Amino acid sequence: MYAVDYHRAASLQDAESVLANHAEGMILAGGQTLLGSLKLRLAQPEILIDLGAIPELRGIEVAADGTVAVGAMTRHAQVAASPEVQRAIPSLASLAGHIGDPQVRNCGTIGGSLANNDPAADYPAAVLGLGATVVTQRREIAADDFFLGMFETALQEGEIIKKVVFPAPRRSAYVKFKHPASRFAIVGVLVADTAQGIRVAVTGAGPVVFRATAIEQALSQRFDPEALADIHLDDAELNNDLHATAAYRANLATVLAQRAVQAVLA
Amino acid sequence: MQVSLTVNGRPVTSDVEGRTLLSDLLRDRLGLTGTHRGCDTAQCGACTVHVDGRAVKSCNMLAMQAEGCDVVTIEGIASPDGTLHPMQEAFRDCHGLQCGYCTPGMVMAAIDLTRRHPEPDDATIRAGLEGNLCRCTGYENIVRAVTAASSQTTA
Repeated sequence: MYAVDYHRAASLQDAESVLANHAEGMILAGGQTLLGSLKLRLAQPEILIDLGAIPELRGIEVAADGTVAVGAMTRHAQVAASPEVQRAIPSLASLAGHIGDPQVRNCGTIGGSLANNDPAADYPAAVLGLGATVVTQRREIAADDFFLGMFETALQEGEIIKKVVFPAPRRSAYVKFKHPASRFAIVGVLVADTAQGIRVAVTGAGPVVFRATAIEQALSQRFDPEALADIHLDDAELNNDLHATAAYRANLATVLAQRAVQAVLA
Repeated sequence: MQVSLTVNGRPVTSDVEGRTLLSDLLRDRLGLTGTHRGCDTAQCGACTVHVDGRAVKSCNMLAMQAEGCDVVTIEGIASPDGTLHPMQEAFRDCHGLQCGYCTPGMVMAAIDLTRRHPEPDDATIRAGLEGNLCRCTGYENIVRAVTAASSQTTA
């Protein structure tokens, strides 16, 4: 790995000011993607600003109405193992428990996953599908406005995620078809029956997580796997690579949505 | 820059660079070469150690991130008199290794797994070891070893 400076931020304000003073600084969260990227020189920051020692960024709070607030530096394993999250939003706990492998889940964080916005990451499906809110030190960003493109988010220069707030859906499920080696989603679908209606988020299939509106409309009329029998997603914008063709991914999105509905109804 | 941590119960302070990986600190500075560097890309799990009780891949963590942490490596799990940890013993008894390269990581991951799941079934063991690759055994005897170790510690 090439030389890089390191700064352990004492507080969010400290992290902000060090970041502001380094044009090529990067935030280090759990490091499960970033450190690998540094080894490959896909990222070459001059300094890493570690948020690991800021207690206010860690932890889970579940309100009486089931709203789940997850601190940005909360690890996947903590979300997966939280009895409160399992009770309030079981799909969220289950999704977190199937990211990567156990060692990755013991380090990787929700804030890091969202700021990175890998097209095949799992958390973006939860945030978009459940209609969560991303809270930074400057503002609150609705999930529908957060994911802009491949590895691209609404986060501005110097903006740091503090926590993510998930309203509890009436019911929801996440089903992914994972790549057996990387365990990233070839396609992952989160189906949620929420106070605002049916929301369906698809990750892994396209350059960025997206809502499958055709599936949402069909399920709004009839919440049943059979309602999706004639739904075919347009594959023009979907990923076509050595793992799966775009047509395969389009079909998989519908199939996984059906399985998610089945899981919700079970 | 300096990092201070506890390694196998011993306080350690070491001069490291920002880029120094925890696996580099353990192997190159502290001579704890039982932690194996396999892929160096956080896939194979041979470098698995415990950081504050959690199994992590030490090639995917900076030494500086372990400041103040309690780190346990494969060298730190046997008793001081040399009696093997039950998981090590089970790997030996069940022939859960052939070349042995993945074994330190497998053992450390398996100990973390059985702490979280004291009586794991085969599926739980296989899922729990997803972050560790073995190219020799076909995993069968590794699963047997973890089963044997867990029934022994809960008996």
